[in-house]
Parts: sequence; structure tokens; C-alpha cells
Amino acid sequence: MAEWKSICELDDIPRMGSRVVRSTSGNIAIFHTSGGEVFALRDQCPHKGGPLSQGLVHGNQVTCPLHGWKLRLDTGEAVAPDEGCARRYPIRIDSGTVFLQI
Amino acid sequence: MGKKNLVMVGNGMAGVRTLEELLKIAPDQYEITVFGAEPHPNYNRILLSPVLAGEMTIQDIILNDHDWYAKHGIKLHLGKKVSRIDRVLRRVIAEDGTEAPYDRLLLATGSNPFILPVPGNDLPGVISYRDIGDTDAMIDAARRYRHAVVIGGGLLGLEAANGLKLRGMDVTVVHLADWLLERQLDQTAGRMLQKSLEDRGLKFLLGKQTEMLIAGESGRVAAIRLKEGLQIPADLVVMAVGIRPNTTLAESAGIYCHRGIVVNDTMQTYDPKVYAVGECVAHRGIAYGLVAPLFEQGKVAANHLGNYGISRYTGSVTSTKLKVTGIDLFSAGDFFGGHDSEEIVLNDAAGGVYKKLVIKDNKLVGGVLYGDTADGPWYFQLLRDGQDIHEIRDHLLFGQSHVGDVGHQGHSKAASMADSAEVCGCNGVSKGSIVKAIKEKGLFTLDDIKKHTKAASSCGSCAGLCEQILSATIGGAYTPAASNRKAVCGCTDYSHQEVRDAIRAQHLLSIDAVMRFLEWQTPDGCDKCRPALNYYLISTWPKEVKDDPRSRLINERAHANIQKDGTFSVVPRMWGGLTTAAELRRIADVADKYQVPTIKVTGGQRIDLLGIRKEDLISVWKDLDMPSGHAYGKSIRTVKTCVGLEHCRFGTQLAMAMGVKLEKMLFDMYAPHKVKLAVSGCPRNCAEAGIKDVGVIGVDSGYELYVGGNGGIKTEVAQFFVKVRRDEDVLEYAGAFLQLYREEGFYLERTCHYLERVGLDHAKQRVVEDEENRKALYGRLLAELKDAKDPWAERVAGVEHNEYELLSV
Repeated sequence: MAEWKSICELDDIPRMGSRVVRSTSGNIAIFHTSGGEVFALRDQCPHKGGPLSQGLVHGNQVTCPLHGWKLRLDTGEAVAPDEGCARRYPIRIDSGTVFLQI
Repeated sequence: MGKKNLVMVGNGMAGVRTLEELLKIAPDQYEITVFGAEPHPNYNRILLSPVLAGEMTIQDIILNDHDWYAKHGIKLHLGKKVSRIDRVLRRVIAEDGTEAPYDRLLLATGSNPFILPVPGNDLPGVISYRDIGDTDAMIDAARRYRHAVVIGGGLLGLEAANGLKLRGMDVTVVHLADWLLERQLDQTAGRMLQKSLEDRGLKFLLGKQTEMLIAGESGRVAAIRLKEGLQIPADLVVMAVGIRPNTTLAESAGIYCHRGIVVNDTMQTYDPKVYAVGECVAHRGIAYGLVAPLFEQGKVAANHLGNYGISRYTGSVTSTKLKVTGIDLFSAGDFFGGHDSEEIVLNDAAGGVYKKLVIKDNKLVGGVLYGDTADGPWYFQLLRDGQDIHEIRDHLLFGQSHVGDVGHQGHSKAASMADSAEVCGCNGVSKGSIVKAIKEKGLFTLDDIKKHTKAASSCGSCAGLCEQILSATIGGAYTPAASNRKAVCGCTDYSHQEVRDAIRAQHLLSIDAVMRFLEWQTPDGCDKCRPALNYYLISTWPKEVKDDPRSRLINERAHANIQKDGTFSVVPRMWGGLTTAAELRRIADVADKYQVPTIKVTGGQRIDLLGIRKEDLISVWKDLDMPSGHAYGKSIRTVKTCVGLEHCRFGTQLAMAMGVKLEKMLFDMYAPHKVKLAVSGCPRNCAEAGIKDVGVIGVDSGYELYVGGNGGIKTEVAQFFVKVRRDEDVLEYAGAFLQLYREEGFYLERTCHYLERVGLDHAKQRVVEDEENRKALYGRLLAELKDAKDPWAERVAGVEHNEYELLSV
């Protein structure tokens, strides 16, 4: 049963940056966009498994550091013409603390 | 507020491209209605020739299917010809009575084929070559009849003739001028082309004028009579003698036309609510018939329709490539020349190769290539860039050297490659799959190829091959952007130079400020522009700008190289390739402690520890207690040395000591791309200084400096720069040259590419000949590097610690 778990303060994630949460089901990348939104994706590019958390965040997208695929943070889907999807995780912010549902 | 109405008349390539550009920048601004006279959605008119030749089908060349129009909410009226524009009530009316109101009107009515005013020009069996209907008529005629005559030996006429011949007809081309393609080729190349087409079975009647077309018993055309009285049988006559902008509708509405619908640089007609693009347009007196300029027009029109209002169309230089499989022909610019220009010519009649380049004021202004067109795109680029070519004049005719390129089996000519041959060695993409993507997906630019096939998207060494394939597949439709005007990325229309200039002139100090001032089209840029902007800001205002870690790609942000499994590699600095027993012991201890799976000696004379987890990086650096080797950065990498006079019996200079001095001087130097140096103690050059950004070779009387070498994707031999006597001179000249590169180089441009762009003479003038400037450059470099800190030591001390720490639940 998925539970909400606190992972860090919002200020711990740099704007246009990311952090990695280590979990029993693999790494999860947490992104903080310039617009102040937070998203969570499985830290694995659908292309060749690159760690998305290490990519450059721009707008609501991240560019994978290995071969430059772009993925949408809100849906986890690759930007065309590439095709693929990284799993999303529910995430919310409560009085400055970031909660992840896993 | 409701959406405004945009009506487009004409459903061809230029018009639909304008809509695509508009939807990209202002997707919700308009209700769009499109009228098309043909019953088909937008298709790739350029590829009608391959359809006629039987190499493709109509389905293959559809660019935008019905779903595309539906998806974007575009109301599409096919097979409806607009007969009237009511400019007072702002509405268009089609022949069948359909009406549509507009706030903005876009005319893209294209062109009409010119029909010779001769008797019999309206007989059945006399057609032009313009659209799918004409193509179908030709395919049908080829099944039922034998003799075809094509009037007009221009591009379209020859492609039609070739297609009909391939479909089994007996084809004669009648042409008014004395040689084929007289507007694209000079006489020599025209004759060579004629010969090779004759070898394929085509017949030619040159310098001949049509008098009349004669009907047979059935009423269909049966023969053509020429002015001198010669008469030849013709069951099919294709008129391909030119096109005229289709201005009937615009003229009937009172919109000013003169050899086309007259527009200004924003593609606006004399009626400010009416825009026009494509072959129907006359811009600065020119009506273009090739697709590349029309796409440029479309982009400008979209910019203004989308209320951005910042873009201008200023005309295009075009190039020509005939799409007849197996014939290699390329021409661009003013290839006839005149009394004030010079020509360089290679004419190998037996070998079937002819090249002519026309040069004026040390610039390439035109050229014709026949038989070997591999360098066409390169010449075209030089021409568009207006680059000074006097330095490369002696080997200009032999083309751009591709000899050093690797990754595609030494191929430099796309035409001779088999479909199965690998073009992109990084991503395993064959020529066949690139051609297929170009045709099926309707690709027009190198960027399109990179996106859709991944070819040329990694190391880029096959970009030239991809451009050749593109130009061979879509002909003159392909136009490379002028390289010094190429936009930084898709987030902006501004070039690297324009961005640099703005940062300096406006004293911009942050990425935000640059993006605001230059009206960036995306909220925070992308992985291409942000690192470039960060570099330009730091290199322009080193004391005022703070580095932005969010604009550094992972390697530079983490100060280690990411590997395919997400671990990192660590390369500690070994000054000049020298190390000590104590350092080696610490490296061995680190390898044991962190269970480093691979330890490798690098090409830069140091040691690489591979497979380090990111969260271990800081403690690895702490245990190593050595400075960063910057093996991950767009920065100084290594100074490779030979053992030099210190040990070698042939040595003339202390190569190791010189190397260490250079490396210490340049420590932590950020640059447009990586920078590698080498110092050899004698001309035997064991440190391989000939393929480094700066290579120093010791001779008995001092040092020779070479610049712009490269041992990577494209092996490039460094060029002699200067000879100096003292160690201090080596530091000053090398430092000044690198500072010039840092201040003028475009991001991701290696020194060899930088020098190719600005010319070695420029660098020599600024560094070697101008002592004052050299000292100023050198001074700025030293001032900037004076306080260089070791990024590893800083991080061991706690800087950016968030980057390396994992979170847990």
C-alpha cells in the first residue's frame, strides 16, 4: 500500500535542479522547476536507462544526460519524435516539506 | 475575447509551413480556415519527380494528412477555388459559393505553369508539370503511348523527361537555349549533362523553337513542328518552360502586384491585413521557385501573424541540384562571372568531372559542380557566409578535406555509398534509413535528420554526409543556414555572435537578463543554450558574473564524467603527465577502498578511475588529495609532454618543465570547448603536438608554436603560428592565443573550427603581429586565472554538497 513519506524540505532541491531518493524499488528523481513545481519520476530514461536526475531541467522538461532525450516532467513521456515513458510518482508539498507517495 | 479568423488561400508547402510555424509560437490565436484548389492535403511537390520515375508513390509524399488539419482545428476546404476577396467586408468567396470571414488573410496561391502561345497548345495530350494531376496524366500516357516531347530543358523539364524515359517512352527534349539548364549551368557543364542524359537514351533538340502542335485523327496531339520546319511525332507534350506567380486572385481584389504579389520584408502586402508567401510573391523584385526561401518567408510571416513582430525576410541565395538519380550536378550563386571576377576551373572531360568556382574580392560568389558534388554544401556555406577564402584558395577547388573524418569507413561522398552503408557510426544509422526518413517524414534540414534518425546527433562527424544525402534527395530545396547566422538553438532566432554582442553591448550579467533582453521563446532555455549563455556571460564579464550550476551539464556540475551506468570517472591532475610514488600509492589505496572496478591510463598521460558512485566522489577526492584533472570540462584538459632534454639524448628543450609551466598557468581555464596542449622536446615530436589546440615543439634555437590541431572526430593538423626563443614567450603567445579563442570562440567550437571561421591570419594579426594586443590578452588571461581554485578541494570543503547527497524516505 503506497504511503506518503516526507523526503526533504522544498529548499533542499535547487530551482531548475533535482535530488535523488533512494528507495527499495530503485532510485526516484525529484525535480524542482523554475516555476516552483515539483515532480517525481523513476530515475531511469526509457531510452537506455540514463539517470534523469542528472539532467538539465528547463521549463517542465528534463534532458537526459546520456543521449539528450527530453522527457516531460508532468507526464513522464518523451518529447516527440522520441517515444517512451518514465514512471511518475505522486508528490506534494505541505508547509515547505516535500512528500512522496511510494 | 474570441479568437480571430485567419484564412489561407492555397494549400501548398509554403502556406502550410507558415501555419506550422504559427501554431508553434501562437497555437491559440486564430480560428484557421484553408482553401485548396487541389483535392489533396499538403504534399511534397519536390518529390513529384521520384513519383513520376516510379521510385515513390503519392501516399509517400503527403506531408500533412487530414488528421493533422483536424488535430489543429483547421477548417479545410479541398477542391474549392477561391474566386473573390471582399476586402471591405473582409471575407473570401469560393467558386461554389463557400464564404469565410477573415481578420487576417494569407495568400499562398503559388504559381502557374507558363503555356507557350502556339497553335494547338490546348489539344488533349498537352500538359504542364506542376501537380499530382499532371503526374498522373504522364504516368497514364506512358502506359498507352510511345512518343513524348518535353518542351523546356530546365530542371523540371529534365526531371519529367527522365521519368517518362524510365516509364518506357521515347523522349525528345526541345529547348530554346543552346545548352541545357542555361540558368543553372555554364555551357561546359551543360554539354556534359547532355551527354550523360543521351547515354540514357534521351534525345535533344537544342536552339529550337516550337511553331505549333498538330492534332492527329483522334483529336489528340500527334506531332510537334519546330520553326525550321522539322516535325516529330508526339503523343504526349509536356510544357516545362517556366512558371508565373499566380496573382489572378490578388489582382482582382486590387492588391498591388508586379511580377508577383508585392510584399515588404514582413511578408505583408499593400493591404496590411493581407500577407502572402510562396511562389506567388515578389519580394524585392524576386519571385522564388525553390522551397527553402519559401520556408524562410513562411517563418517570417508566422512571426508577424503571431504578433511577435521582430522578424524580417531579406532575400535568399539559392542553389540548384538536379534530382535525376545517378547524375551529380550542383550550382549556386553567380557562376558565369564577369570582368571583375576570377575563375578556378577543373575540367576532366573523360573522367566526367567539371568544377568551376567564381571568386570576387577574395570571396566565393558562385560555382558549378558536375560529376562530383560532394563539396557542394560546403561551397554553398562559404558563399552564404561571405567568408574570405584567400587563405584556402590554393586548395579550395579540391574541397573540404574529409580525410581525417572517422566513423563512416572513410566515405566522403554520399552518392557512392550503398543504402546499407553506415553513415552515423555513433548511432548505427545507414544511408538507406536516412533517405527513407527524409522522404516519408518530409524532412528538410540537418536538424530534422538529427531529431528523427539520430544520425549526426552525437559526435557530428557525419553531418557533412547527412547534408549531402539531404541535398541529393530533395535537391535545391535544401539550404544550409549561413553558419555565422545559425541560431543558437530552437529557443531563439539569434546567432551565437548576436548573443555575444548583446551581452557585451548591453552589459547583461545573468542568463535571465539575456533571455529577457533577447526575448527567448522558451521559459528557461534548454540544454543547448543555457550552457552557451553561461559561458558567454562568464567569459565576457569574468569579475561580475557568477557561475550558474543549473546551466552546467552534469559532468561540469559534478566535476566528474558520467558513465553509461550512471557512475562517474575520476581523473586527478598529473602536471605535464608527471606523478610520484606517493600519488600512485594514494591512487592504489583509493582503488582498494572504493572497490574501483576499472583503472585506465588515459591518452592525456594520467590515470582514470572508473565506476565511482556519485555519493562517494567527495570522499574519493579527499583521499586522493590531488587537484582536479578537469577531464570532464570545456576547459584546459592536459599538457602532454615527452621526456625532453631532461632525459632524452635527442632533446633540445626541457619539454616536461615547459609542459608543467603551461599547465599550471592554465589551471581551471574555462573555454568554449575542451583545450589540449602538448610540448615536445625536439621535432621528432613524441608528444604528438601536431594534433593539439596548442602544440609546442622545442628546437635548438627555441620553440615553434602550432595552433588549431585536433585528434578527435576530425583529424586536423595544427598550423604553424610563431617561433619564439624563451620560455616566457611560449607562455605569453600560447596564453594570448587561448584568450583570443576564449573571447571570440562560439560555445562548443574547438580551436580548429574557430580558426576555420575567423582565419589563421586573424589570430596571427591579433597575437603575433600586435604586441600591445598580445600583452593585453595575456594580461586578461592571467588576471582571470589568478584566483583559480581547485573545484575538488572546494567541494571537499563543503561547496554544493546537496549535489552529492542522496535523500531517503
